[in-house]
Amino acid sequence: MTDRTKQIILAAYFPGVNNTTVWSDPRSGSNIDFSSFVHLAQTAERGKLDFFFLAEGLRLREQGGRIHDLDTVGRPDTMTVLTALAAVTTHLGLAGTLNATFREPYEHARQLATLDHLSGGRAAWNVVTSSDAFTGENFRRGGFLPYEDRYERAREMVEAARLLWDSWADDAIEADPTSGRFLRRPPPGAFSHHGPQFDIEGHFNVPRSPQGHPVILQAGDSDGGRELAAQTADCIFSRHSRLDDAQRFYENVKARLTTYGRERDELKILPAVSIVLGDTADDAAEQARHVRRQQVSPQTAILLLEQLWNRDLSAYDPEGPLPEVDPDVSSDSIIKGRTRMFADPLKTAAQWRELAEAKHLSIRDLIIETTAGHTFVGTPGHVAQAMDDFVQRDGSDGFVLAPYLTPGGLDAFVDDVVPLLQERSVLRTEYTTTTLRGHLGLGPARRWPTTADRSFSAAGGS
Amino acid sequence: MTDAPLHLAVALDGTGFHPASWRDPSARPTELFTPRYWADLARTAERGLADFLTIEDSFSLQTTSWSGPDDRIDQVRGRLDALSIASFMAPLTEHVGLVPTITPTHTEPFHIASGVSTLDYVSRGRAGWRPQISTRRVEAAHVGRREFPVIDPTAPATPEVTALVADLFDEAADAVEVARRLWDSWEDGAVIRDQATGRFVDRDKLHYVDFEGRFFSVKGPSIVPRPPQGQPLVVSLAHSRVPFEFAARTADVVLVTPRDVDDVPRWVEGVRTAERTVGRTGEPLRIFGDVVVVLDDTVDAARARRAALDEADGGRWKTDCQVLATTPDELAAELMAWAAHGLVGFRLRPAVIGRDLDAIVDGVVPALQRAGRFRTAYEPGLLRERIGLARPLSRYAATAP
Repeated sequence: MTDRTKQIILAAYFPGVNNTTVWSDPRSGSNIDFSSFVHLAQTAERGKLDFFFLAEGLRLREQGGRIHDLDTVGRPDTMTVLTALAAVTTHLGLAGTLNATFREPYEHARQLATLDHLSGGRAAWNVVTSSDAFTGENFRRGGFLPYEDRYERAREMVEAARLLWDSWADDAIEADPTSGRFLRRPPPGAFSHHGPQFDIEGHFNVPRSPQGHPVILQAGDSDGGRELAAQTADCIFSRHSRLDDAQRFYENVKARLTTYGRERDELKILPAVSIVLGDTADDAAEQARHVRRQQVSPQTAILLLEQLWNRDLSAYDPEGPLPEVDPDVSSDSIIKGRTRMFADPLKTAAQWRELAEAKHLSIRDLIIETTAGHTFVGTPGHVAQAMDDFVQRDGSDGFVLAPYLTPGGLDAFVDDVVPLLQERSVLRTEYTTTTLRGHLGLGPARRWPTTADRSFSAAGGS
Repeated sequence: MTDAPLHLAVALDGTGFHPASWRDPSARPTELFTPRYWADLARTAERGLADFLTIEDSFSLQTTSWSGPDDRIDQVRGRLDALSIASFMAPLTEHVGLVPTITPTHTEPFHIASGVSTLDYVSRGRAGWRPQISTRRVEAAHVGRREFPVIDPTAPATPEVTALVADLFDEAADAVEVARRLWDSWEDGAVIRDQATGRFVDRDKLHYVDFEGRFFSVKGPSIVPRPPQGQPLVVSLAHSRVPFEFAARTADVVLVTPRDVDDVPRWVEGVRTAERTVGRTGEPLRIFGDVVVVLDDTVDAARARRAALDEADGGRWKTDCQVLATTPDELAAELMAWAAHGLVGFRLRPAVIGRDLDAIVDGVVPALQRAGRFRTAYEPGLLRERIGLARPLSRYAATAP
């Protein structure tokens, strides 16, 4: 813990395509229509949040060889939505998940630099990779990336993108009609990158953008992922939302920064959190239970159980007991299009059986009990205090708020919790900077060394 | 037929199509990479009731050389991503169609389909794209996936070059086919939100596109539900037989570049021949003439402006289409004369964005309106419908037994 009070960084996540997004509620709106994105983004901006965060889909999920139909299905293209949002917001950062496996640096860096120009310096990129051939079936290069190369691909993509973003001098454009000089010197944007993933050279065609480098986010949680984040990222989108666990993660990652000559506050740690508010503590708890039952429908309960059991369990009664048969650990995962969730299915199954027996839980009750619940449940006052404590005790530098409703899931937070955070002086009452780097308290982007031909020399992925 | 209202598109690229345009007092070269600039252009095009606007793009710096970047510092260099600009314009406009250039030689077909589909959502049914192949060696080196030879388009094509260009058009045609399949891969009404069964979608209405071609394969379905237009507009610029056939296979609208009014029939016939050659079925291509315009109060003044621009650039500027230096009224008369030979509309490329774009909106459009040949207000509806194309059913929609 530090002496000074930390400001809380807040991001608004657009509800995604898993069961935590409640579509069955009467208040649930379109997950595709642009008006939903405008509503959430403008609500976030009304609350003086730091950035809006949109994930990406590149293949519809499947389970058991069929398209998964119980959760929200379908997403618009990330970059296209973010650039459109740039036109209807003024200060809010605009972050998108963009998969480095199915993109090439030149086009990718152009699109992010364009977003940065058109938003006046508000672009951010959450770097992910995918090694599965399943998603690769939608792309011309297929599933070519070996699993162990995924961090190397991400690292090299970030390096190449930053090289391209640095390729124009700040003052490259003169645009003086009197002298007739548009450029100071020709031709701008020279770059050369030769690495295991990318072998590219030539001239970049987008001038340096307001932030220099769009903000980089990463979500990797393994040792290799943490190391990559410590080396290259500005923010980590973390899954550690329980305080003790979050504090360990926070310290672990921050300690890695010195290796790369970086200060502790150059990397912001932002766990995803879910919030349920009520007029009283009891009211909030009741509301939280209601949302959990919406998130885990009877059909979803069976489906989530199948993800652990790796078997067709459609014959089981969701309100009945757990299967007596053990999980199938012999064959490939039946889930396609999302990450494997359980390291040791037999061990987890044994724990679940024990829990179900002890508490007399049905399949559905058990799934509700064991899958991710809400992070902060209570009155606005309670939640504001809990969030503040969490940050001040170094659980994180802020949060990515993941609402369960589209598009109004952030309304109550902004109406009722934001003013309390502002009263506590841990959230801005007005934007004081115009760029996302500015909001986050990150300094200007550092330029990479400008050698004429920068051959790739980083160590491989860990 | 000959009195039918014309369609009008305006082309946007930097400060205009003339390489010295940025030096005109009406140009805004220091704002070229700012949101305000592109917002203003979109609103200007919409004020002119244009059917759609187009935005140029490429994977390299602008250049006067065929082999790579040049050493000139007196022309605009650098450009923003066209799809992103179009998407940025969408919430700032209500009616004008948005047609960015996208290069399927290098951009993944799946990303193209998702991007254009999403542009259709953010614009509520006003999206299109103009597929443009890339033959430049330097662009291939920027992407790093394959190597092309340097192609000098002024020299006779070698068999290798002819084969490469044919392949690139075939590949682009496959990319359009993939995009069209992906746009159909969610039937209308696939999202059911059925509380009783807990199902969000009816997965029987989602379809694998299973495209397998010479250059790539794509499984599908789309990640984006079927866009508002069903099929966003595909616009193609074509100057010769191979691109005519590409347009006939893939596009809804083709842009052609006649020299003058007498030259128009040859181009129209070229397009119609290509349609027969490839066996196009359904709606015929809508043929638009494509010209650069330099506009002023008198023909002499317009010609003088053109000469001054050329002089500033250091020589007579030539491009891939005719440059008409004239008055707005004369241009309107010229367009109507050209249209009589089988064109349904025009794309006007302002030599200078600033005064020539303004002259299109404030001069050419009113002249056409006075002649009863252009709308006086936008009708509600999809971009496709404005061009006279119905919203098609998904090709995968089950037909009633």
